[in-house]
Amino acid sequence: MRRVVITGQGTINALGHDVPSTLAAMREGRCGIGELEMRDLDRLAVRIGGQVKGYDPEALFNRQQIALYDRFTQFTLVAAGEAIGQSGLEFSGELSARTGVVLGTAGGGVNTWDENYRTVYEEGKNRVHPFVVPKLMNNAAASHVSMEWNLKGPSFTVATACASSNHAMGQAFQFIRAGLADVMVTGGAESMLCFGGMKAWEGLRVMSKDACRPFSATRNGMVQGEGAGVFVFEEMERAKARGAEILAEVVGFAMTSDAADIVMPSKQGAARAIAGALADARLPREEVGYINAHGTGTAANDKVECAAVADAFGHHADRLMISSTKSMHGHLIGGTGAVELLACVMALKDGVIAPTVGYEEPDPECALDVVPNEAREAKVTAVLSNAFAFGGLNAVLALKAA
Amino acid sequence: MTEVRDRVIAIIAEQALIEPSDVKMEASLADLGIDSLGLVESIFAIEEAFDIQVPFNANAPEESDFDISSVAAIVAAVEGLVREQTA
Repeated sequence: MRRVVITGQGTINALGHDVPSTLAAMREGRCGIGELEMRDLDRLAVRIGGQVKGYDPEALFNRQQIALYDRFTQFTLVAAGEAIGQSGLEFSGELSARTGVVLGTAGGGVNTWDENYRTVYEEGKNRVHPFVVPKLMNNAAASHVSMEWNLKGPSFTVATACASSNHAMGQAFQFIRAGLADVMVTGGAESMLCFGGMKAWEGLRVMSKDACRPFSATRNGMVQGEGAGVFVFEEMERAKARGAEILAEVVGFAMTSDAADIVMPSKQGAARAIAGALADARLPREEVGYINAHGTGTAANDKVECAAVADAFGHHADRLMISSTKSMHGHLIGGTGAVELLACVMALKDGVIAPTVGYEEPDPECALDVVPNEAREAKVTAVLSNAFAFGGLNAVLALKAA
Repeated sequence: MTEVRDRVIAIIAEQALIEPSDVKMEASLADLGIDSLGLVESIFAIEEAFDIQVPFNANAPEESDFDISSVAAIVAAVEGLVREQTA
């Protein structure tokens, strides 16, 4: 069977505008969550988030590009540029035809919807800019990556809420393994830190007003983030033949559906996805040293996730490490699994386990080693990345050291 | 009406990323490097600038009442629409 490796990675998120700065922040256990900067903040009850600060689109894109690129597309292009640059790949001819783009996003161009609803509803104008549709569509980011780098293979966008990126990367992995493509640019992005986006989340009443504290007894909800994570997945023999640096190997993927509730997670659904990823990877569970948790910081997710891990791993659950980096970069919704995969690669490649920051007090229902507050040095050879979406759609990836 | 002409030329020049002085009246938008998306964006900018409705359908540009065959034709059409609006 064809094997799949990672040969490039890129990001922009609240912790940094590239991979080195993001990993440095994770090592230091630095939190990127802070006071939001946006219009009408005084009308919001929740005023914190993992916002990308110090970002100047005009330094990166020209006026015509900005007219067409929603913020989620801009983030995607920034991350894709870093990932493809690191891979060293240049796309033309047969390689172009054999390279695709599968990206996750839950909301797509939320800022564009928000700004233009203001124009027609609040300002009462009867005309909007002609590019509203091509700017807000969920596939805009995938299409612009395809156009920018001449990628002509299978490309599409996956929307499975908080699991979008993991589902996208799982598809990319399976495409290469099955021979449908040789290289896939994959990951995800989200940018819904605007007034309408925050109002929608406020409505659900699961948001914390002060911090994201996954697994801590004192946790009081999730915190939104924004940004993108993008990877270059490549067929292993091809990567080896050209002497590319291999960051990690993607070895397994599984997805399950709870078929139960539109918001509440299910232990069985999550445990089946974890066990499925191990089986797909033919990975004995004792080999897994680290899990990047979904770990949203809500009462329900964290206890259900810990129970699912205990179910799937048995006694080994007490020996592995599990952390939630959402405590630092916030919940990037459709982009979150991609940014979190960076922590998985760091664990395998650099032997550094990113911490769960903001941890204050043990919760007996989350009695696992959650790597509280400080990063840890540890040699691990296999890791998992969990994502469990609203709507009960679960996606788990398994990676091994190169 | 020279004011209308100057403002239309400024919009077209901005779209084509050239100086207004380089916009020739007889040039077509294609001559200036403006594609179909650029055309739709220019019409939006003209509507905003003059607070008018331009009768243009991107599905069938040649069937529209709004002549876009050259810069001069666009200026004349906009002048007509502005006149109708103030009449």
